[in-house]
Amino acid sequence: MNHVSLVLVSHSEEIAEGLKKLLEQVAPNVGIAAAGGNNGEIGTNALHIQEAIESVYSEKGTVVLFDLGSALLNAELALEMAGGKERVRIADAPLVEGAYIAAVEAGLGKPLEEVVQACEAANQMVKIAK
Amino acid sequence: MNLGVEQAKAWIDQMNELFQQQKQYLTELDQAIGDGDHGWNMARGFQEAVDKISSNRYEDLGTLLKDVAMTLIAKVGGASGPLYGTAFLKMSQVLAGKQEGNEQEWIAALGEALAGLKARGKAQVGEKTMIDVWEPVVMFLQEKGQLLAREAAQLAQQKMEETKTLEAKKGRAAYLGKRSIGHIDPGSASSCLLFIAFAKVVES
Repeated sequence: MNHVSLVLVSHSEEIAEGLKKLLEQVAPNVGIAAAGGNNGEIGTNALHIQEAIESVYSEKGTVVLFDLGSALLNAELALEMAGGKERVRIADAPLVEGAYIAAVEAGLGKPLEEVVQACEAANQMVKIAK
Repeated sequence: MNLGVEQAKAWIDQMNELFQQQKQYLTELDQAIGDGDHGWNMARGFQEAVDKISSNRYEDLGTLLKDVAMTLIAKVGGASGPLYGTAFLKMSQVLAGKQEGNEQEWIAALGEALAGLKARGKAQVGEKTMIDVWEPVVMFLQEKGQLLAREAAQLAQQKMEETKTLEAKKGRAAYLGKRSIGHIDPGSASSCLLFIAFAKVVES
């Protein structure tokens, strides 16, 4: 793949799938995988995340975005289990806004580090001008 | 004293029995300061682990413990899946290729499990987590250089009780701040059951 790909990790399957749909409108050329829920229930699952990483793995790199708490533990474990995937980064960014920015940047063909930086900058984003 | 594949299987069986008995209690602890599913998660995960290992023959401890780890990672939700999964994965690496482990090897395996838990959860002693049980128990065993499992289980119980006085710094309980004081940490309670089950197997 010519673009950085994205993996969306959420406790809710619907959030991950819904976000994937939203982003596919923005960046149809970017590989996006959803890893939401734990065996159909609320939660996250390292094996699901690992499969998602492998399904969209790109030589250009892959950014993993997550929502809450244990999603990070499972994303880190998934990364370790995927083994040798050095071009996978877990981004410290709000899931929706971060993934949106990441999809735009990845769609423009930006390299991995720039995509990560751009979506992490969403932490400082002001949504309502004061 | 060596502990082999049969004893390790018995340990997982004992843990499963305790988690089935105590799932309501663990869930109540988790309802107080978490999302209220810890008991159900542990009971489901360990039942799956027992189902998986009881139908298999194992040549070595590493393969057995790795199967337990992968089942917990796949089936246990919340933070306890990746945490307990990591603990058993680390133990499986230390005991890989061994039909039996001697006391030193088991202490080493528990030490690696503790290191894995701390790395995965980024938690330290005093933050009201399972580390508040694991670290003193593993340090006790390392200092004694013997697998004093009954004393270790007693220490685990004492340390679990002491988590009541702590303020949570990790996980969902951390959002409660000082309101988390006065409650036993559910992860320390399930870890305590792990060491109680271990003592039962070592003593029998």
